[in-house]
Amino acid sequence: MASHSDIPNRAGSQRRRAKEAEAEAAGAEKYSVLLPTYNERENLPLIVWLLVKSFEESGNNCEIIVIDDGSPDGTQEVAKQLEKIYGSDKILLRPRAKKLGLGTAYIHGIQHATGNFIIIMDADLSHHPKFIPEFIRKQKEGNFDIVCGTRYRGNGGVYGWDLKRKIIRGANLFTQILLRPGVSDLTGSFRLYRKEVLQKLMEKCVSKGYVFQMEMIVRARQLNFTIGEVPISFVDRVYGESKLGGNEIVSFLKGLLTLFATT
Amino acid sequence: MTRLEKWMSTLLVLMLIWLCLVQDLLNLGYSKKFHDVILSLPVYLLVTAGSYLLGTLGFRLANFNDCEEAAQELFMQIQEAQADLSSKGLIL
Repeated sequence: MASHSDIPNRAGSQRRRAKEAEAEAAGAEKYSVLLPTYNERENLPLIVWLLVKSFEESGNNCEIIVIDDGSPDGTQEVAKQLEKIYGSDKILLRPRAKKLGLGTAYIHGIQHATGNFIIIMDADLSHHPKFIPEFIRKQKEGNFDIVCGTRYRGNGGVYGWDLKRKIIRGANLFTQILLRPGVSDLTGSFRLYRKEVLQKLMEKCVSKGYVFQMEMIVRARQLNFTIGEVPISFVDRVYGESKLGGNEIVSFLKGLLTLFATT
Repeated sequence: MTRLEKWMSTLLVLMLIWLCLVQDLLNLGYSKKFHDVILSLPVYLLVTAGSYLLGTLGFRLANFNDCEEAAQELFMQIQEAQADLSSKGLIL
């Protein structure tokens, strides 16, 4: 079990022991949510609130690991306040000095995670924590190694995309044909992984950005991991600007063709 | 074998079969009609594939789920969260 640097008070440690006993009874599953953040001062409290609400309602045992890459807008100060409000067993702050990228943020997060399952998601409110219990349920149902949120199946969908963005969804069709991944939303980043599975995949993946998410699934298929899907709703960018530009599209295509040629 | 290699080898095999048929290397003696069909087969397949892709794309665009309710729910929850957090002492 993770050690704490501050002296735990009696009520706190009793509560923790009760929670651990409860977790043991429930099968000792613990879920670590990795939240890489950069300039998410406004969104962070909201996403944490939604996460805590979801976990309290579903009774699952969780922790939230905030990996901030030295945000200049004060994200870390807000994170510290949240840690005080919700407790340092629930909110783990593991910041880094500067912007180092998503892949290394995951590796960093895994090292500090005490759960046996890792949930990765965006911290900008586009992914809603209410789907996490469904991911968990799906994982248990099929004993899956990975559960992916999909925006393109079932009642999954996206709010806030104009026609141009939707046509880019056409790129998804292209990747389906070239890579045949067996997963309908290949660039999605709202997923549940078994901790060992994620560790294994991180060792093998080399790309960045959207392509990184795709590569994880392609490698997972190669290693014969089982993957389940859950429809999710994606609400695009409540605060802040969207990140899609010509550059992104070019690097996406380059990455896609690289995956096609090397796997 | 990488996906690229698989595609290339499949394409190569198909092309060889097609060339074989077109040049009538096996001397099976086809009618002109059959020969014309074989000749135009690649173009026909390309057009069919292209139409299928466009059709699927159009279908998926038309059936795109815009989840308005999810957005509404989120906006309401944001307000609730902000109120609750400031009551717990969060200062932005």
